Amino acid sequence: MEKLIYLRDVVTLALDRKKCIGCGLCLVVCPHEVLIMNNGHVSIENRDLCMECGACALNCPTEAVTVRAGVGCAAAVINSALGRNASSCCCVIEPDAGACNGVREAKISGRTGCC
Amino acid sequence: MSLPGLDQPFVKGSVQTRMGPVPRISSTLVRADRWGSIKARWGVGRMRYTIEPGLYALENPDEKSPVLVTANYKMSFDRLREALPGRNAWILVLDTNGINVWCAAGKGTFGTEELVRHIESSGLEHTVAHRKLILPQLSGPGVAAFKVKKLSGFDVIYGPIEAKDLPSFLDAGLKATPEMRRKTFTIKERTVLVPVELVGTLKWALIILPVFFFLGGLGGPAGFWSGALNHGLLAMVALLSAVAAGAVLTPIFLPWLPGRAFSLKGLAMGLITAIILTAFRAGNFSDLAGRIEILAWFLIIPAIAAYLAMNFTGASTYTSLSGVKKEMKWAVPLEIAAGTAGLLLWLGSRFVT
Ligand code: SF4
Ligand code: SF4
Repeated sequence: MEKLIYLRDVVTLALDRKKCIGCGLCLVVCPHEVLIMNNGHVSIENRDLCMECGACALNCPTEAVTVRAGVGCAAAVINSALGRNASSCCCVIEPDAGACNGVREAKISGRTGCC
Repeated sequence: MSLPGLDQPFVKGSVQTRMGPVPRISSTLVRADRWGSIKARWGVGRMRYTIEPGLYALENPDEKSPVLVTANYKMSFDRLREALPGRNAWILVLDTNGINVWCAAGKGTFGTEELVRHIESSGLEHTVAHRKLILPQLSGPGVAAFKVKKLSGFDVIYGPIEAKDLPSFLDAGLKATPEMRRKTFTIKERTVLVPVELVGTLKWALIILPVFFFLGGLGGPAGFWSGALNHGLLAMVALLSAVAAGAVLTPIFLPWLPGRAFSLKGLAMGLITAIILTAFRAGNFSDLAGRIEILAWFLIIPAIAAYLAMNFTGASTYTSLSGVKKEMKWAVPLEIAAGTAGLLLWLGSRFVT
């Protein structure tokens, strides 16, 4: 399949290799193989594949990997710019999605989600 | 301590545990389950498509059976049990207000605290002898595995992204292949999302299309009906093809369209659409008004297509918020400018020349 890659060099993903203890948890949760392990530490291999979901940062016990998590959804950005609650859902990554319509936007865990 | 109700329609009996009767469920979906899924997909009462959170027994689990965690959106729950025919397992359902795992994880409702709360309230430590929980990988943005371990003593093991991979994951000794961990965005997955995008847009089209039809009839030297049936109809066809370009064709042809920004891909599809439309109107370039009219559509169609394509970022499985913001910074002003300029030109072609 054609590989879909979004914009170059935009994501807020950062890694402090000195803090990394090589537990590998971040590799497990990442849905896009952004990080790889070499010599007992992770490094960022495919930066542009990162979708800033925040799973790696939340699961890193030493805060070695950090990211400003959010949902990459234009409708959500427009809605929050207009200062209204999102009415359109953009959480459709899961196969059984479609359940988030009309749910109030939550600011938990710093996400600017739309559903 | 509380256990989910036994009176829910999909529950078949119960399994006795130290904590009381745990509702038993089967991996076979019945007609009511399927009908519910169809209704949920089409948005009929889907805000209430929930089940009671808590511990369930898939068939006849014992203290050694695996524990799988999911959201209380009925469709997530059904997908999970359906993937496990002939297996015994415990299913711990978190209260996400009927929202699927990925969305709920992003909002934090499928989160560390909620999980720990349910481990305790279901008395899981008394029901199983092991200390392992299998969570869907896509709950990662909400659940910090190491914190769950610290707070509850349970190890969180991230399972595959898709429930259908669970049997092989379980048989491999809780090991996922790299393919199971990768979120794809195949042509099939993209196509399935098209109707959702389209429905929202077509609602607007129902209001706007008649206006253009009417305006098409008002201006120009010919009578109302001749104008409406010529220029008004062209406007309706042009607008609908712009919607098709941005909300249908761009998602489907996504990997093959140029650029990385969705607006660029939509723009390309919009230009192709405008060219095709022009080819059908080749006879109308003789007068100035006809030429301005075509020019107007060359601005409006790509502008609409780019805008709708940009909105598809929300449905995609790989766009980041930083990227979307960067894209919008240049795309939105351009889309508005091109759309407005096109509209003025079109009105000019009908009323001025
Ligand atoms: S934010 Fe998400 S996509 Fe990006 S590296 Fe972390 S887990 Fe992977
Ligand atoms: S989760 Fe943190 S400590 Fe563990 S491998 Fe990844 S970056 Fe290193």
